[in-house]
Amino acid sequence: MESQGTVDTVNRHKQLGLTDGQVIDMYRFMQLGRKYDERSLLLQRAGKINFHVSGIGQEAAQVAAAFALDRENDYFLPYYRDYAFVLSVGMTTRELMLSVFAKAEDPNSGGRQMPGHFGSKRLRIVTGSSPVTTQVPHAAGFALAAKMQKKKFVSFVTFGEGSSNQGDFHEACNFAGVNKLPMIIFCQNNQYAISIPAHKQLGGKVSDRALGYGFPGIRVDGNDPLEVYRVVKEARERALAGEGPTLIEAMMYRLSPHSTSDNDLAYRTQEEVDENWKKDGIAAFRTYLTGLGLWSDEQERDLAAEYNLELKEAITYAENAPFPKPEDTLLHVYDESGLKGGA
Amino acid sequence: MAMMEYIDAIRLAMKEEMERDESVFVLGEDVGVKGGVFTTTKGLQEQFGAERVLDTPLAESAIAGVAIGAAMYGMKPIAEMQYSDFMLPATNQIISEAAKIRYRSNNDWNCPVVIRAPIGGGIFGGLYHSQCPESIFFGTPGLKIVAPYSAADAKGLLKAAVRDPDPVLFFENKKCYKLIKGDVPEGDYTVPIGEANLLREGSDITVIGYSLPLHFAMQAAEELEKEHGVTAHILDLRTLQPLDREAIIAAVRQTGKVLIVHEDNKTGGIGAEVAAIIAEHCLFDLDAPIFRLCGPDVPAMPISPPMEKFFLLSKDKVKAEMLRLAQY
Repeated sequence: MESQGTVDTVNRHKQLGLTDGQVIDMYRFMQLGRKYDERSLLLQRAGKINFHVSGIGQEAAQVAAAFALDRENDYFLPYYRDYAFVLSVGMTTRELMLSVFAKAEDPNSGGRQMPGHFGSKRLRIVTGSSPVTTQVPHAAGFALAAKMQKKKFVSFVTFGEGSSNQGDFHEACNFAGVNKLPMIIFCQNNQYAISIPAHKQLGGKVSDRALGYGFPGIRVDGNDPLEVYRVVKEARERALAGEGPTLIEAMMYRLSPHSTSDNDLAYRTQEEVDENWKKDGIAAFRTYLTGLGLWSDEQERDLAAEYNLELKEAITYAENAPFPKPEDTLLHVYDESGLKGGA
Repeated sequence: MAMMEYIDAIRLAMKEEMERDESVFVLGEDVGVKGGVFTTTKGLQEQFGAERVLDTPLAESAIAGVAIGAAMYGMKPIAEMQYSDFMLPATNQIISEAAKIRYRSNNDWNCPVVIRAPIGGGIFGGLYHSQCPESIFFGTPGLKIVAPYSAADAKGLLKAAVRDPDPVLFFENKKCYKLIKGDVPEGDYTVPIGEANLLREGSDITVIGYSLPLHFAMQAAEELEKEHGVTAHILDLRTLQPLDREAIIAAVRQTGKVLIVHEDNKTGGIGAEVAAIIAEHCLFDLDAPIFRLCGPDVPAMPISPPMEKFFLLSKDKVKAEMLRLAQY
């Protein structure tokens, strides 16, 4: 399908090498992440699940980054708001629902971890934890393995601007810079570390920190998925060319509270949140696609209906799926395939 | 059999494992060109190149964290902490990450990393070049912890650690590096992780410990047998986690009197758990209270020679305690 440009809308994706079909797919994944997230909030409010940590407001950048990567070969180290990202690299809503319901079949952790703690070897999503930014050195380890084994993949790691203050961020950046590792370090600056606003977290820009580590640091509008796509794609090309890591700071806004345990209006105003809803990357991307004649209100309605059905089925499946057996708590401390050493 | 120093056995284990499996590599501060501050990795970079014997920036959490990432990919990293005193910046990576990767991913991912760290004092290292941090990591399920006593065990345990599919902390005793020499079997062998080793058979008292202090116990045992006719049954734990419970119980039942020795401080040390296992399983086998001879409960070892000597165990201190137990 060739897009029909209007007077107001200039096709920006074609020159980036993205087809019309791909940008529509990107939009679909953004909406899927959003709908999944909204539904999880409702499930928690309805008392069906215990906890949800939201990524609303960050989907556009997440999906754009995923589309700029090699989703068949790269290794991903996402953080706990990356629902739209993991959906884009192959996780299903059923799998995510199995995780929020803490069911045995949850591929992320078999019902062991909080939701949002992703992991799937099949999808090359590396298991993550709650202490923030520990995954950045791991990403350097994957990138080091790529370099040593001469494999054509990059590691892609994400985290928030609050976590960029952790030592592991700095130690891993330096390690990656020294060794010119094929690694993309992607900060989702959503302006808040729970209640602490960015100006109390950061004396400067996260992206500027790259200078001290000897590689490019790029700040990008996270609500502009095509711009995010462009910088991630370039970072990937640099990485594969042996030119080392890139730090990308995608600017966005956490539209929802930190988690279902958080009342965000205790530390920010409704006016501020409303103002940022106007900049929502998904809405802007819809306008872009509609302007090019690639998307219509009818398609939007169809998509909403499709996702409603998909989520309903995912929830039904997950709700009815068995919990882990209580005694399975004891499994997988060590390898159990026969070596002596299990406790 | 070849007679070699404890440090040479460690180096040989790394060399042989790197020759055997190209996914094995070493990383750490000064491990490459310099060959390690103790020469543990001397010659490895010449043989295997700068990438597989990687000099890293001075940042322990990155050394551990990068190794953990590489291990999850399928590499077999051996990360060196220059002194165990300096591995605390890496504890979050070791305890929150390496130890929990298999468990939290429901067996999807695993982390076959080895982290080597020299422990122990007696080198005038002062507070921060002398510590025994075993108890910090002990009691963290998911980690395996080994602490070899002899050159042969050092080689065999390190090779087993490299091949282990789970994270292993390898605590090598820096005082043993040059002090301890022993016969090391030729060629490829491993010492199984999780198995204690009976160093000496006896019928009067049992000594349980690991690493350097057992050399004091072995010397003391020879003297006690000659001087007092006391025979000591000595068990080297070798693996601190998971502990070989059966071997501990059997060793205690052999004599009914047990002394636990280690250089790490007494409170909350490995010996406390060994004592608890004995209390749980051997209460009616005991003919004396459980004795423990350990480092004192002070923050760390002072550098001044009389203070260092006061802190450290010695053959004479261990011997006196063994005799006191025998005569109890």
